[in-house]
Amino acid sequence: MLDACDGAVMTDTENLLEVRDLKVHFPLPKTNPFASAPKVHAVDGVSFDTKRGTTFGLVGESGSGKTTTALAIMRLAPITDGSIRLNGEEICLLAGEPLRQQRRHMQIIFQDPYSSLNPRLRAGEIVRAPLDQLDVGDEKIRDDRVAELFRLVGLRPEQQALFPHQFSGGQRQRVGIARALATQPDLIVCDEPVSALDVAIQAQILNLLRRLQEEFGLTYLFISHDLGVVQHMCDDIAVMYLGQVIEHADRLSLFGRPLHPYTNALLSAVPSADPALRDRADRIRVSGDPPSPIDLPPGCRFASRCPFAEDRCRAEEPRLRLIAEGHQVRCHLVTDDGSPPPHLAA
Amino acid sequence: MTALLEVNGLSVEFDLKDGTVSRVINDLNFSLTAGQTLGIVGESGCGKSMTALAIMGLVPMPPGRVADGVIALAGEDLLGASESRRREVRGNDVSMIFQEPMTSLNPVYTIGDQIGETVRLHQGLSRRDARERAVDMLRAVSIPAPEKRVDEYPHQLSGGMRQRVMIAMALACQPQVLIADEPTTALDVTVQAQIFDLLKELQEQTSSAIILITHDMGAIAEMAQRVVVMYAGRKVEEALVDEMLTNPKHPYTRGLIACVPHLEAKPSEERKVLTEIPGVVPSVAELGRGGCPFAPRCAEAMDRCHDEMPPEIIAAHDHKVACWMHVMAP
Repeated sequence: MLDACDGAVMTDTENLLEVRDLKVHFPLPKTNPFASAPKVHAVDGVSFDTKRGTTFGLVGESGSGKTTTALAIMRLAPITDGSIRLNGEEICLLAGEPLRQQRRHMQIIFQDPYSSLNPRLRAGEIVRAPLDQLDVGDEKIRDDRVAELFRLVGLRPEQQALFPHQFSGGQRQRVGIARALATQPDLIVCDEPVSALDVAIQAQILNLLRRLQEEFGLTYLFISHDLGVVQHMCDDIAVMYLGQVIEHADRLSLFGRPLHPYTNALLSAVPSADPALRDRADRIRVSGDPPSPIDLPPGCRFASRCPFAEDRCRAEEPRLRLIAEGHQVRCHLVTDDGSPPPHLAA
Repeated sequence: MTALLEVNGLSVEFDLKDGTVSRVINDLNFSLTAGQTLGIVGESGCGKSMTALAIMGLVPMPPGRVADGVIALAGEDLLGASESRRREVRGNDVSMIFQEPMTSLNPVYTIGDQIGETVRLHQGLSRRDARERAVDMLRAVSIPAPEKRVDEYPHQLSGGMRQRVMIAMALACQPQVLIADEPTTALDVTVQAQIFDLLKELQEQTSSAIILITHDMGAIAEMAQRVVVMYAGRKVEEALVDEMLTNPKHPYTRGLIACVPHLEAKPSEERKVLTEIPGVVPSVAELGRGGCPFAPRCAEAMDRCHDEMPPEIIAAHDHKVACWMHVMAP
């Protein structure tokens, strides 16, 4: 067996995760025997880097491909093309045992704590499962590790003996977090970790995630449609639309100076408790639904809903351009020196 | 202005499996006038949706029952009315948009049939007229190509469109009171903004009163004029929206506002630790114990809070709160 998984090739770079031109296309049944099969362009050329110990946010509407991107990185969705390097090692082509061993470096926290825990297993067994599966340490070490994990996520040791239905939603999500931490992974994918929880419980889980990150230097890939939560949690953010990244920047630039009309529309749509934000005159509204990811429009994918779209936008697909240090945007109307579309600036 | 809908001393009880009775709504009072939007906020399990069901006359009986109180629509007592009268009111004068557009539409009927059913039942329209009304309603909620969409089934529509269909159905008879129970929880923010704009626009045209049930203070700020905060089946605070957001009195309301990371236009480098409300909402079996129901989760609870239920007092102009801290204050 090839030892590509040994960790021997691990390079000590600043970036834990490097994704290049990732594509996930799902083929559909042929409707016409002479044409090529139609396909869903779920993820269509996504590239980004994530620095060690930081949180990378993926935002966008449902169907924008953020979850599929994360699942592809976790090697849980079929990858059509592209490259994913974790710790400097290419993981796109791994299969079988090397892939299984690689899984200890990447774990996931799911959205719904009600359906992502096995109802027939006790909480202690659920958290222990990854250790058993990946043969980490001996029995004693695993027991100690489970006890330690329960303490870390704020559960009592005797709760190891309970079944998932005996926990509240917030506690279940804590069990899910303990399970994700069990193998001491480098990368944790958080797929909408708080959207199924009550508002008052969300804060408990978000604070816990931040505390664990500080304590263990964890790297998060954080998916959420709640922009308030993303602003609070993430260091770098990519905004996705129909399988592509349309804007990518650090937290302060993206929220302080959003350039793409879609990013502006997303931010304008968030209902705000702050009257100053609510009564801003430049709030823009988008109408309708995104186009189908099967038959993609020729030009910019957002053109059909963009209030500023010009003829050029409907004909020619914009590239993702670097506008300022660490700020990329995919829009014809943003100028090279980083001015937003003229209507937006006015 | 006189009240259009008045809820007075409403209590709803449920028989539990162990033979005990739980009061899931306890002595609830509020009223609203035509053209006004009232927000009801609180966590799940606080009795928000049960309040809506009580107004609609849809509390599942048994095991539940409206134990006490008055619900009056334009002066008419609804709780004392006959079931046939209630059927006339439901969907006609008072209607409701349910939380889950995926499960609240019937998958085997076209959306035209489902919208048309309301007007055929309440206004005696013929099939043909009902279909025309359905097309008009779909156009009013800005669904593209309504003549084509009217013959489609729910599975052919996106989530946002299904929610629009639910709204079209609720508004088909131009109700005086519209109850929207978390109308946008399953939707994207951009679609949520469209739905809110639509509700506001339709309210201006028909001057219906809206009750918006949500857990999102941002949505309340955007939509409502007045807000009621509920906890464990009781109203803990009521005020105008701006007053509530700038000057919340009850520790629970303060917690609800502070525990959410609000989007800021100019974020700062430093990120604060979010305020947590420890613990969870009491279960139905735990309701009705002495003292303030929020006391076990309250950071500011005093001895008295655990023993005695705080009365509702007027803390400021048009601002009511049920908390001992404010009773003590001079």
